[in-house]
Amino acid sequence: MAKSSLDKKFDQIRKREEEKTFSTKKRSRIVNKFLNNRLAVLGLIIFTIIILASIFAPLLSPYDPMRVDLRSMRQPPSFDHWFGTDSTGRDVFTRVLFGGRVSIFIGLGSAILSAVVGIAVGCYAGYKGGWIDVIALRISEIFMSFPQIILVLLLVSITGQSLFNLMAIFILTGWGGMYRLARARMLSLREEEYVQALRSFGLSTFTICYKHMLPNALSPIMVNITLSTAMFILTEAGLSFLGLGVPLNIPTWGNILNVAQDILILQNYWWMWGPVGIVISVFVLCVNFIGDGLRDSTDPSQQG
Amino acid sequence: MKKEILKLRGVKVHFPVQAGVFNRVVGHVLAVDGVDLDIFRGEVLGLAGESGCGKTTLGKAILRLVEPTDGEVKYISLDDNETELTSLEKKEMDPFRKKLQIVFQDPHSSLNPSFTIFGSLQDPLKKFGIKSKEERRKIIGDLLEAVNMRREYMDRYPHEFSGGQRQRIGIVRALCLEPELIVCDEAVSALDVSIQAQVLKLLMQLKKEKNLTYLFITHDLSVTEYLCDRIAVMYLGRIVELCDSEDLYNNTLHPYSEALISAIPVADLDKQTKRIVLEGDVPSPVNPPKGCPFHPRCPKATDICKTEVPTLKKYSTNGNEHYASCHLIDLPEIS
Ligand SMILES: Nc1ncnc2c1ncn2[C@@H]1O[C@H](COP(=O)(O)OP(=O)(O)OP(=O)(O)O)[C@@H](O)[C@H]1O
Ligand code: SF4
Ligand SMILES: [Mg+2]
Repeated sequence: MAKSSLDKKFDQIRKREEEKTFSTKKRSRIVNKFLNNRLAVLGLIIFTIIILASIFAPLLSPYDPMRVDLRSMRQPPSFDHWFGTDSTGRDVFTRVLFGGRVSIFIGLGSAILSAVVGIAVGCYAGYKGGWIDVIALRISEIFMSFPQIILVLLLVSITGQSLFNLMAIFILTGWGGMYRLARARMLSLREEEYVQALRSFGLSTFTICYKHMLPNALSPIMVNITLSTAMFILTEAGLSFLGLGVPLNIPTWGNILNVAQDILILQNYWWMWGPVGIVISVFVLCVNFIGDGLRDSTDPSQQG
Repeated sequence: MKKEILKLRGVKVHFPVQAGVFNRVVGHVLAVDGVDLDIFRGEVLGLAGESGCGKTTLGKAILRLVEPTDGEVKYISLDDNETELTSLEKKEMDPFRKKLQIVFQDPHSSLNPSFTIFGSLQDPLKKFGIKSKEERRKIIGDLLEAVNMRREYMDRYPHEFSGGQRQRIGIVRALCLEPELIVCDEAVSALDVSIQAQVLKLLMQLKKEKNLTYLFITHDLSVTEYLCDRIAVMYLGRIVELCDSEDLYNNTLHPYSEALISAIPVADLDKQTKRIVLEGDVPSPVNPPKGCPFHPRCPKATDICKTEVPTLKKYSTNGNEHYASCHLIDLPEIS
């Protein structure tokens, strides 16, 4: 009776298979894959810690990031001041926490807003095609080929330095990439038969492209949002270091780093620029790890 | 008395071919190049032909999923009102979208992976006036049962289904607004043979229950024989033969159809005929050959074929109308 036991085994396997394929949702498969990527999980943990620490900065530090304390200038790290104090006696640790708020807000905010603009234009133009698409493509090319630094100089000289000017510039130069990504996805999706089927019902362009197609174009865009966040944070730091970014009185990671322009500080007071440099690098690295993890876990060609 | 549901007159679909830096139009793909065709209510009309001959494009042109470059598609309602579809505005087209539906070939791209079955089917129902969610769930649930699936499946995602199941869901989608004509674009070719038979049986059963008309697109003439009342054979964007399906097999008039039929594997040894092997590939629809488009591959081609384009003429075989376009048919033409 070897055959019947074999049959039974097959039945069991089939049953288990059915249960499994019928219970696991696609989403959980992506989550599982992401969680299997150690670096991405590590990145996510550190990312979360830094964000939480920035948000709850007032609870973590007794100091005011702006208050000048001339009695404790340029003190090296100690139990009272974990990262020491700067030239006007402000606690560097507190400033890094509060600076994180602004820097992350700029990075994430610009990335998300440029994605919103890019997706809104890219989805519609990619799906519709024709002259709308041609015009959108040319405009995005103009914005993408314009050197960022010149735009910054231009805007700073016209309207002065401000946080929102900086974000506006990031969005202006950043939406093009997102637009192209969204457009390319839509170009391939619009030939899919489910889109044709929706069209055969005469549904409106908006319903078809923003409601039914967009969810299938999102994963590469999510990856791009994380990577742009990292890039914008670095650019902000660079521009602020040069004194072109956010006004100096607002603490951002870049503005804290700004003191390192002084050769005296660079040589003698490493704690004023060292820790913040490390925080920036670690944060950007973490965001990139998350981005890579997202890309791997949502890549349909590697779905296991 | 047979009544038409659709009349196609001179339907052409030409896709521009663009090249170069400035996307200049350098030519046109003549995907459908002048098709006249009547489809009668309640029939199954087969549309056969090799890959790339324009079958899908013709089906889509009927639904205006691609805009015909030229020609007319007339819909005739049950009370004999004729409407020309290709000149309608987007909004005006809506009542006819309800009546004409399509089932696609590829079960893997025919369902939206991000939505449950109910999620992707409910918008069309909403658009056509079924406001309450309960009612929408009932319609979809009933149809799922009609195609031998469980109601509860409507809350599942497409990746949970097999190819045959997906195809049946595609049929549910086509049926959900109670259409009159369904274009089945190779609706079973992507499935295993045993599942093909199941789905075909289901399609025929639904046709009977719901008084449907099918335009049944296929490249496999062995399926059409048992299924279709009439068959149209297409070659390079044109119809070359159109007749009752029995006559196509027993009184073939066009050399191209002959070649297609001889390529069907036959189980019955007595019926075994000599296989006609077509030489060469299908010519490019960008530059179709002059004269009869089939002449470079036609085993019977003569000089006249190279210069003169044959037109679709009406003959009679077995007392039935039989259309074919070939110079060498020696039957009397019927006007
Ligand atoms: N959107 C398009 N743009 C340009 N050319 C197209 C387009 N759609 C179809 N074609 C061309 O039109 C011709 C007919 O294509 P169609 O898909 O109608 O063929 P088919 O008979 O359905 O073939 P198959 O059996 O492979 O499905 C082909 O040469 C194809 O390359
Ligand atoms: S017209 Fe000539 S080339 Fe064309 S099918 Fe008839 S015999 Fe062949
Ligand atoms: Mg096709």
